[in-house]
Amino acid sequence: MIESVKCRKIVGGTGWGRIVHTKNPLNFLSSVDTHTGVVSDPSHDLIGVSLNKSILIFPYAIGSSVGAYSIFALKANGVAPSGIICTIKVDITTASGCAIAGIPLAQTIKGDQLQGLMDNFEAILDANNGLLKINKV
Amino acid sequence: MLLSKQDEKALDGEFGSSISVAYKILLAIGEATEAEKLVRIKWAHISGVNYNTIGDAGLNFLTEFSKDARVTVHTTLNPMGYDRHKKPIISEEFQDKQSSILKSYMKMGVSPSFSCIPYEIFDIPRIGTPVSFAESSAAIMANSMYGLLTNRESALSALASAITGMAPYSELHNVDLRRATAQVKVDTSLSNELDYGLLGYFAGNAISKSCISLGCHGKNLSIMKAKSLSAAIGTAGSCGMFTKEETNSEKIGFGKKEKDSVRDELNTTDIGDLIALGSPQLGINELELISMSVVGKKFSKPCMIFCPRAIFNEAFKLGIAQQIENAGGNLICDACTCLTPLITSDEYDGIITNSIKGSYYFNKFNRIPVCLKDLKTILKDHLK
Repeated sequence: MIESVKCRKIVGGTGWGRIVHTKNPLNFLSSVDTHTGVVSDPSHDLIGVSLNKSILIFPYAIGSSVGAYSIFALKANGVAPSGIICTIKVDITTASGCAIAGIPLAQTIKGDQLQGLMDNFEAILDANNGLLKINKV
Repeated sequence: MLLSKQDEKALDGEFGSSISVAYKILLAIGEATEAEKLVRIKWAHISGVNYNTIGDAGLNFLTEFSKDARVTVHTTLNPMGYDRHKKPIISEEFQDKQSSILKSYMKMGVSPSFSCIPYEIFDIPRIGTPVSFAESSAAIMANSMYGLLTNRESALSALASAITGMAPYSELHNVDLRRATAQVKVDTSLSNELDYGLLGYFAGNAISKSCISLGCHGKNLSIMKAKSLSAAIGTAGSCGMFTKEETNSEKIGFGKKEKDSVRDELNTTDIGDLIALGSPQLGINELELISMSVVGKKFSKPCMIFCPRAIFNEAFKLGIAQQIENAGGNLICDACTCLTPLITSDEYDGIITNSIKGSYYFNKFNRIPVCLKDLKTILKDHLK
């Protein structure tokens, strides 16, 4: 294990997956294809990246209040992240979407430490115990 | 977040599975926003109606949820996909699915307002009243222009509040936290609603706080400018309120360079083959403005104008609706510019609009380029 990062539980549960990290907020309604789980917004740095079975680490959601349904749709379509971490604030769209979809959600203020973790890293989010455990693949 | 014994029972499913789901949502957003307790609300405004936005997953959720969920407070509804009273040129499948969504909401007892500007068609409660508004532009308008207290709710959290009559007491519900902790210093001219939209997009994008100050540019706003500003703030970020109070905190400049930069990002064509007005939907003032310009003239391009049915009925009584329709304006109720199936890239190569919110979704979701102009310029250029 490379690192264990403390976080604050918002929606309980445990999820495992490769890390998908971005410093840019996401609009789940317009920027993510809910049928494939792939980020579809050409202006987003995650363009073309799949969120499916990932641990998504991002600042917070922006834009449409319907983004909560988009998170739920990702789960219903079998392409949702295994867990989500918000680094700046946990917005209501992400929290309510994860609550309904049963996606573990937590917040960490140590987002800066997680920069650069992508592709070669995977993590277990243990939201119940407020821990993100990171491994190099 | 502190729950009463009754709330705990509801969470545990003693009053039905849908109420339990609603409390699970409230608990999650309570944790997210570090709420101390729940507070009673007087009005919920729900988004997540247009099938284009919530899809089959949302439709199925609502079908199940509505089996035993009933609203307990005055609850209004955002726009759906098309005008219920006009035969839409869209697939029967879409219409069937849209009907199913409407049926679920009606079963729950929601008022079929189909409007993203509920503040222009319903009586506004007194200042300081807690409400729960999804639809980001309406939440920002409610907080900033009408003194109502709402967090920037999601489609699901406002639905949970409609069922339980409660919302977490946190962030913008708490009067002590309704103070701007960042300010945009405007150093450029703002002459029309489009300029305010550009400012709103910049502010929403640049600042992640719940409440931002716009200094003197946040006061004495016409409703048209305030709507454009609120919708753009909501589209670009996560902020739920703007104020006019000067602050001593973080300040970010908005000058000509920043204004041009936002315009360059969203203005993606110089031409368009459809004029689309109404994101947010137009109110009676905006329809009056259009009606004054159309006298003796016709729109030179197809023109869709989205407004709530209540506003259309008022405009019809005043003769305004007929004037606009005689000039070729197509007044569409129940829907709005954003994500309607009535506007697709198969049919249109470019959209002319004054809406920053509309331009964002046309560019990103519909994948149709946008020509941005303020309303007066649109009317000057495209009425002959």
